[in-house]
Amino acid sequence: MAELSPDAEATPNVSEVEVVDAATEDEAVDAIEAPVERGEPILQVRNLVKHFPLTQGILFKRQIGAVKAVDGISFDLYQGETLGIVGESGCGKSTVAKLLMTLETATAGEVFYKGQDITRLSGRALRAVRRNIQMVFQDPYTSLNPRMTVGDIIGEPFEIHPEVAPRGDRRRKVQELLDVVGLNPEYINRYPHQFSGGQRQRIGIARGLALNPEIIICDEPVSALDVSVQAQVINLMEGLQDEFNLSYIFIAHDLSIVRHISDRVGVMYLGKMAEIGSDTEIYDHPTHPYTQALLSAVPVPDPESREGRTRIILTGDVPSPANPPSGCRFRTRCWKAEDKCAEETPLLAIPERFATTDSPAAHESACHFAEEKDVVHA
Amino acid sequence: MTTIEKTADDAVREGAGDDGTPLLEVRDLHVEFHTRDGVAKAVNGVNYSVRAGETLAVLGESGSGKSVTAQAIMGILDMPPGRIPQGQILFRGEDMLTMAGEERRKIRGRKIAMIFQDALSALNPVLSVGYQLGEMFRVHEGLSKKDAKAKAIELMDRVRIPAAKERVSDYPHQFSGGMRQRIMIAMAMALEPDLIIADEPTTALDVTVQAQVMDLLAELQREYHMGLILITHDLGVVADVADKIAVMYAGRIVETAPVHELYKRPAHPYTRGLLDSIPRLDRKGQELYAIKGLPPNLLKTPSGCAFNPRCPKAEDICRTDVPALVQVTEQDGTELPGRGSACHFWKETIHG
Repeated sequence: MAELSPDAEATPNVSEVEVVDAATEDEAVDAIEAPVERGEPILQVRNLVKHFPLTQGILFKRQIGAVKAVDGISFDLYQGETLGIVGESGCGKSTVAKLLMTLETATAGEVFYKGQDITRLSGRALRAVRRNIQMVFQDPYTSLNPRMTVGDIIGEPFEIHPEVAPRGDRRRKVQELLDVVGLNPEYINRYPHQFSGGQRQRIGIARGLALNPEIIICDEPVSALDVSVQAQVINLMEGLQDEFNLSYIFIAHDLSIVRHISDRVGVMYLGKMAEIGSDTEIYDHPTHPYTQALLSAVPVPDPESREGRTRIILTGDVPSPANPPSGCRFRTRCWKAEDKCAEETPLLAIPERFATTDSPAAHESACHFAEEKDVVHA
Repeated sequence: MTTIEKTADDAVREGAGDDGTPLLEVRDLHVEFHTRDGVAKAVNGVNYSVRAGETLAVLGESGSGKSVTAQAIMGILDMPPGRIPQGQILFRGEDMLTMAGEERRKIRGRKIAMIFQDALSALNPVLSVGYQLGEMFRVHEGLSKKDAKAKAIELMDRVRIPAAKERVSDYPHQFSGGMRQRIMIAMAMALEPDLIIADEPTTALDVTVQAQVMDLLAELQREYHMGLILITHDLGVVADVADKIAVMYAGRIVETAPVHELYKRPAHPYTRGLLDSIPRLDRKGQELYAIKGLPPNLLKTPSGCAFNPRCPKAEDICRTDVPALVQVTEQDGTELPGRGSACHFWKETIHG
């Protein structure tokens, strides 16, 4: 087991978890099936860590290090909201998605779904959780099996969870789903290659919806699509959220789309959360230098603004997660870095200077020198 | 048909300005692909021109023919199945399509170079980047291996790859995405060409790296006073760097305009739809405007205006007549320089 980084502890400002102690599997399943009020936390992630071991040798494998893909992140997802997660490639956002889906086992930390730690569940309870957390993948060209018909693809979840739709009812259910995502129900016998990218992503969404989940994790759902089709898919997802009362975790690198769809946004850098807050807090009042750099680098589709805009251009690349910098991980590319940044890891907390104010800058930011800077409007 | 193309041609050429002949001029270019299912008309009469020091952005969705046009210019189109039934590609007034292969080779790389989208698949994984960069000098200028390597290091320095000397014998997989794209840029810049065609140069990159790469490209362009054709689908990138824009749809240019004008007053419903459908950082709306329907199948493009099945303004004439790219004017009839729109109702779109 990988050694935990010493800074993987305390993230002070997350809410208390009401842990449900389920003695039997039945109790666990009941807790998972229990409804959650809108606005209450449905998923609570605490100090989640995933290290991928690096080994050497063929017969006698020795561990020589670890890729610290996710290194102690905590956040809450509330019922009915959309939490956007942004960050550069390699920052661990997709690993977070896999951990939440229990497709990877966490090295340490907990993921509470309605008070149950899903990293420890097994059997029926785990199945019930998996039914309730579904995923929409990035690339609609590779995430659909080319040898299966659309009906088989969307109906496959029912094979594993037959309680959702009895055998005879499945075809009708699949057709309903096709209708819901805006495809012609008669397409049920077609194959994925007969559809365009946008339509395929709709099929992926229908598959995600099949089991009436409560949470859908979308990993870059529109980045492979054309601009004119992106808007259609985004609108569809927003409509479905209202219709089925879904909570989304929306992972993307396109900051404009994330802002459009998200209620709250978390910014990740090298396996850690750099800043998290509501969409206005993050986009209009960012306090972490990385967020500011990220936002200022987004090309704005307005040529009028190109002369006046201050742009922060980061130098260099993201350091390797196998050997992250000491202290603050962003310090190697940060223009504010001082000695303190190399020695002390900044915690994700409301910066002291803003803690007592009402200003929107008072949101969690993991920087020793957090200060507000509007980079979007400047 | 020919008369229509002629008006289109004029509109664009006037837009190119009149200080000398443009560096590159594409005239009425058609490209089609013969497939088992029929003939796919990828490019149907494209006209554009670029002058030295100018950046032309070609904007379009996948399948709009923007990359195929670029491949035709470079002469790297797969023929067959591709075919160029008509059209001219003039480089400094000479038609490259009728040139002998040998002559064309002299232009390619030395005068016109291309930057590809996916640097990892465009670079050869089994050769060191130094060798691949040096190839330009060995092949075109007959330099020795040693001299070519020294030149390669110089190039890597120029595109700001740190520790170029040590990294020159590294292989592509040892570089990050942004660094690989810099190597692609270095390779294109090697012989200081007059024109660079960049096909989605930053699509696969993160925003922070994207900004670095676009800045580098712009700086090199200024330094060498090159023409740049930037092919992209990202309206944000275009707004940041382009001087003029050609919007493509189904193998045709549907609108041309200087960059500021296009964003302020689009003259084609497709452009307007695209602009409305992008979420903006500094504006949070409720519902995004979405262009309904799907991009057309090139095997059977809709009759009339190819955009008509998706267009909110479509009327009968749109289903029967192909609109020509016409000069866009102010309400009082003064011509707007460089602006053209291929819509029957451009007046309503821009002024209404």
